[in-house]
Amino acid sequence: MTELTSLTLAEARDRLRNKDISAVELTNAHVVAVAKARALNAYVLETPEQAVSMAKASDARLANGEAGPLEGIPLAIKDLFATKGVRTTACSHILDNFVPTYESTITSQLWRDGAVMLGKTNNDEFAMGSSNETSSFGTVQSPWRREGSNTPLVPGGSSGGSAAAVAAQLCLGATATDTGGSIRQPAAFTGTVGIKPTYGRCSRWGVVAFASSLDQAGPITKTVRDAAIMLRSMAGPDAKDTTCVDRPVPDFEAAIGKSVKGLRIGIPKEYRLDGMPAEIEKIWSQGCEWLKSAGAELVDVSLPHTKYALPAYYIVAPAEASSNLARYDGVRYGLRVPGRDITDMYEKTRAEGFGAEVRRRVMIGTYVLSAGYYDAYYLRAQQVRTLIKRDFEQCFAAGVHAMLTPATPSAAFGIGEKGGADPVEMYLNDVFTVTVNMAGLPGIAVPAGSDAQGLPLGLQLIGRPFDEETLFSLGEVIEREAGRFVAKPWW
Amino acid sequence: MSVDADTVRRIARLARIAVAEDEVEHLQGELNAMLAFVEQLQEVDVAGIEPMTSVTPMAMKMRVDEVTDGGDAEAVLANAPQSEDGFYLVPKVIE
Repeated sequence: MTELTSLTLAEARDRLRNKDISAVELTNAHVVAVAKARALNAYVLETPEQAVSMAKASDARLANGEAGPLEGIPLAIKDLFATKGVRTTACSHILDNFVPTYESTITSQLWRDGAVMLGKTNNDEFAMGSSNETSSFGTVQSPWRREGSNTPLVPGGSSGGSAAAVAAQLCLGATATDTGGSIRQPAAFTGTVGIKPTYGRCSRWGVVAFASSLDQAGPITKTVRDAAIMLRSMAGPDAKDTTCVDRPVPDFEAAIGKSVKGLRIGIPKEYRLDGMPAEIEKIWSQGCEWLKSAGAELVDVSLPHTKYALPAYYIVAPAEASSNLARYDGVRYGLRVPGRDITDMYEKTRAEGFGAEVRRRVMIGTYVLSAGYYDAYYLRAQQVRTLIKRDFEQCFAAGVHAMLTPATPSAAFGIGEKGGADPVEMYLNDVFTVTVNMAGLPGIAVPAGSDAQGLPLGLQLIGRPFDEETLFSLGEVIEREAGRFVAKPWW
Repeated sequence: MSVDADTVRRIARLARIAVAEDEVEHLQGELNAMLAFVEQLQEVDVAGIEPMTSVTPMAMKMRVDEVTDGGDAEAVLANAPQSEDGFYLVPKVIE
């Protein structure tokens, strides 16, 4: 059965359509793999009965010639997506027992297209983190290990469970969300593909909110083609989210294999950091060579406000989080800790329900929005955000079609290694990805090589607004040259 | 800018998060580390720059003003820690 879990989403889709395999067979193989991989802690809830019953329905539709684009494909769902009747916690103690009475727009579109739900995956609490260590369910172990070492590594975050589940072949694809890098950084750490589409491409309705002007959902998959297939089902207009744009969804898969000849690729000099590992430099130049050989033209560009993206993010994101997380008050849903009066009840509930990182961010957000500090912090950060976006707009206006950068400043690190003393140390993980959220652009992480210890490293492509197709075309060129990166099972 | 212990207590109260007295010093250190990190924004010339309000240029969508959902108190209350007769229950607010 192991061979069924090693299929790509596209291969499985084609074999299901040709009746070479059944959806139930495919789902069962994954259910078994998930149960055997509990040491990874990638899933926080397994839904095997639901998976099998959805797979049976898929087999019936396949037999009747009514198959949807994702018919019979077993997927994992980040625990940030509301799933009707299935516990959804955002991996926070404050939502321990929350069972939504509604389905998020994105997951309802996946089920509409025939996909099968294997379960809910682990993430940093409320998606706040870059290592999956802030989850109330505990950290996820990456399926990757350094050569000759047993040191447990982080899968990245916040979509660490989704990335680990894809990398360990515990699903054929997973939903994820990205506020500052939470799709692309874990994808880069685990040798998988992750795309954060343009802000507004996917509906945020029914996705637990972190920072609403930055949050955007996307898929993590084994290949670029798989990401294109899955994004098509996830994207599209939604009357329930006014920030979700009314644009038709292109057939992203058609962009795979399209010539990249003549595309102008910007190489931003500000992404060359002092002290960056030589291996990152190496895969970046390698990526440049690959795109050049495929006919693309490389252009040196400058994004002068890059270094301010991360500090501006750590004002904007906590500010929006402090506002969004005000809803967890012990009244309407979630945890309630009794108090002597209503304020005491609020304060005790939130103190017990939120973990350390969430509390820290809610407090910073509260501070920067408070009277007397709003202009100095929040307003200025939003002005800097305009400048960050303008940097990109000027490059695109000058004829650049996309940019190539490293996805992360390092390979995956060990559990417990970072951010213990200074939270900022952990935040620096997102230095290359956060700019893209600040500017609302699409960005894809594609595995491009390994470091000296055999850990995968990723490159990031950044595109023009709503031009995910170019990212899929370019990403597939890199994938074709670099090959796939599959973790050796030890679990 | 940095925060003192009193400011930490005030922020905690505004955020409605109980903070024990022995946590204040630690939190103060963490918040000041974050504030020190964002301090570099002060060097950016932002004169005359519009603050971003929408990352994707788009007009707010309008729809017909009509009821599209609702009338399902049971589903709304399904996750309430305490409810009775179609209402949320909270500690007494008015004496």
